[in-house]
Amino acid sequence: MTAKIAIQGLEVVFDRFRALKGVDLDVREGESYGLVGESGSGKSTLLRAITGLAPAASGTITVNGKPLGKTRDKAFYREVQMVFQDPYGSLHPRQTVDRLLQEPLAIHGIADGEKRIERALDEVGLGKGFRFRYAHQLSGGQRQRVAIARALILEPSILLLDEPTSALDASVQAEVLNLLEEVRRRRKLTFLMVSHDLAIITHMCERLMVMQNGEAVETLTASQLIGHRVSEDYTRNLLRASEGFLRTA
Amino acid sequence: MSAETIQSRREWLLSDQPASRLQARLGRAYVSWRRFSANRLALVGMLIIIALLVVAAFADVLAPYSPTVGDLKNARLLAPSAAHWFGTDDLGRDIYSRIVYGARWTLYVVILVAIIAAPIGLLVGTVAGYAGGWTDTILMRVTDIFLAFPKLVLALAFVAALGPGIENAVLAIAITSWPPYARIARAETLTVRNSDYIKAVQLMGASPVRIVLRHIMPLCISSLIIRVTLDMAGIILTAAGLGFLGLGAQPPLPEWGAMIASGRRFILDQWWVAAAPGAAILIVSLGFNLLGDGLRDALDPRSGDQ
Amino acid sequence: MNDTLLEVDDLRVTFPTRTGLVQAVRGVSFSLGRERLGIVGESGSGKSQTGRAIMGLTPPQAEVSAKKLAFDGIDLLSISPRQRRSLRGNRIAMILQDPKYSLDPVMTIGRQIIETLRTHEKVCKAEARERALAMLQAVQIRDPARVFDLYPHEVSGGMGQRAMIAMMLVTGPELMIADEPTSALDVTVQLDVLKILDKLVAERGMGLIFISHDLRLVSSFCDRVVVMYAGKVVEQIKASELRDAQHPYTRGLLNCMPRIGFERHPLPVLDRKPEWAA
Repeated sequence: MTAKIAIQGLEVVFDRFRALKGVDLDVREGESYGLVGESGSGKSTLLRAITGLAPAASGTITVNGKPLGKTRDKAFYREVQMVFQDPYGSLHPRQTVDRLLQEPLAIHGIADGEKRIERALDEVGLGKGFRFRYAHQLSGGQRQRVAIARALILEPSILLLDEPTSALDASVQAEVLNLLEEVRRRRKLTFLMVSHDLAIITHMCERLMVMQNGEAVETLTASQLIGHRVSEDYTRNLLRASEGFLRTA
Repeated sequence: MSAETIQSRREWLLSDQPASRLQARLGRAYVSWRRFSANRLALVGMLIIIALLVVAAFADVLAPYSPTVGDLKNARLLAPSAAHWFGTDDLGRDIYSRIVYGARWTLYVVILVAIIAAPIGLLVGTVAGYAGGWTDTILMRVTDIFLAFPKLVLALAFVAALGPGIENAVLAIAITSWPPYARIARAETLTVRNSDYIKAVQLMGASPVRIVLRHIMPLCISSLIIRVTLDMAGIILTAAGLGFLGLGAQPPLPEWGAMIASGRRFILDQWWVAAAPGAAILIVSLGFNLLGDGLRDALDPRSGDQ
Repeated sequence: MNDTLLEVDDLRVTFPTRTGLVQAVRGVSFSLGRERLGIVGESGSGKSQTGRAIMGLTPPQAEVSAKKLAFDGIDLLSISPRQRRSLRGNRIAMILQDPKYSLDPVMTIGRQIIETLRTHEKVCKAEARERALAMLQAVQIRDPARVFDLYPHEVSGGMGQRAMIAMMLVTGPELMIADEPTSALDVTVQLDVLKILDKLVAERGMGLIFISHDLRLVSSFCDRVVVMYAGKVVEQIKASELRDAQHPYTRGLLNCMPRIGFERHPLPVLDRKPEWAA
């Protein structure tokens, strides 16, 4: 198995605050990998460092065997795309779905735009009727589907998912998670998914890393987690918390 | 057109599922229009501006006399009458005709200033806001320097340097009125710069130029249109002020400010000479202000989301 | 449940919009004793508006009507705004989702608690301070004297929410409405806050309305659950009997969440039926 994404000793510093304190990670080709942690654990920062949205202070990031420098070229963005957490904030308020989907094609000079847009909308379960709507005419789940379509339209091989369902209702969350699994299977994508919810990560991912305060706590497989075969207290706490409230008499 | 076709057209415009780019755009415009037209005062403002446009376009038809050549012998400083609705001035020219022709110059000034100042402000503001760092500091300090002087004084200095005349007055006003637009555009840019939808475009590999031009500027434009419309009254007044001081339009051009200046000498005995152009300035300024207020409700990007 | 604290019968909340009247709450009825009642629903189900209507915090443009909306025998819809205000904070309290927005940013936490107390009771400064400190202690803030002098932005989310609970409980209310009180918090902190809330409610014999989107959390915390959909109550059920829920919506909500140790691919999704909203 080759490493699709390999990270060594990654540090990210914002105004002297160390958001990531030397994190190692390797994600295999075709794998779905989860990052779990609470707020401030650095899980989202890790995703942003890969895309170049957060500056890496030190450490190396390798994608497809190619080490990344300070800036990312266009070819990188055809390989790696991201879906954001907040479906209300990630779509331009003055652009139709059509325009949103056309933008990446225009940037990369891709010719068969019409076909690709139709196919992308089809793939995320939105029909033609949605093509010329503005973001405010869509529900949260529909917006997130558009965001997924936008990420897929460049046909990347890696999808970074930053809490893609945490702003959605439970029933809509299920639909979006199913959709993500389906596109992964169909397109043989590699997922790197961030969530605060252990249940979602074990549902979606084969392996995961638990993070806290900018550091990796431990790396587990989903089956280890399901079998409660964890070695760190912090992970155990998270597991207990995810089971809901238990009244102690 | 029957009531039914109107109804079906409205449905087409308000459709939740537009079938084409055009329909989506028209639908959006229609929603804005409905919000705008719900405001009575804004409609009054728009009517005033439309009237101004009509008067300017058909000045030749509407004006009974020449705006520049008067009857010095028989018609000096006549009071308003059936022959001369607003009376005549000291050179025997019909004031009504001069005001009608003056509408052209007022429009000329307002439109030219808007066309020059708004894009400069938009460009400076969005670039400063998006680039940040040194670019931002330098651009904003330059803006501050312009803002530090009173507008009219600065315009006076420019006209003094460039020489009097209406073209130079326009230029001077434009040069002094872009800084507030730059401020607005920058503030707007700062609020959207870190939003996820701009980040998403960055992750598409879009260049900064493309992001500013195609994604940030469209968001700033509506607040800018509102501000420019509200400023139009100020532009007219500044132009009139320059005209009044003899630095704007030169005689015999029928510019309203210059007309007040020349009427000033008779203001106690022949009040109509100054009052008529004064009223014209007042009404048009009011019109632009009402229109701007209405546009603010109709175009406000924040309310536009829902 | 011998003594009824709150009675809600056919509660409706109507909002005027550009396109006409929209009913956010469409005839909700339930009654509450000294127990923990959960109101669960997805966004737009009217659960928050129900809580706000009971509290009297409905936006002024909206209209609230009900056959009966009575707290401890007092008809909430017919009393004056002043009487309503004095009930609010004194006998009925509310905790909102994010303490960042519900605490006054320019006042120290201690002062806010004292202010709340002194608005409703005549107590001297020293005693108010005593009681505020005791309350901070009760919400398990380890160093109450220090937190007392802090501003809301100086404390973490979990601490802020505890301070909020302290502020709401200091007057000893009989009914507490908690609208998503822990949704903005990390999971581990969430449980601590719930534990505190649980203990205080039990000790003081309060009635609690716990509004949340999280059916599983609510069912593990409350005695009874009201499930809302599109402004209506679709099911009322004992939390312990939730597994045998009858309504397909309740069952769908329970099923569609991923659970550790229950592999289902794809996840079951809700098939929304129009008649649920009818």
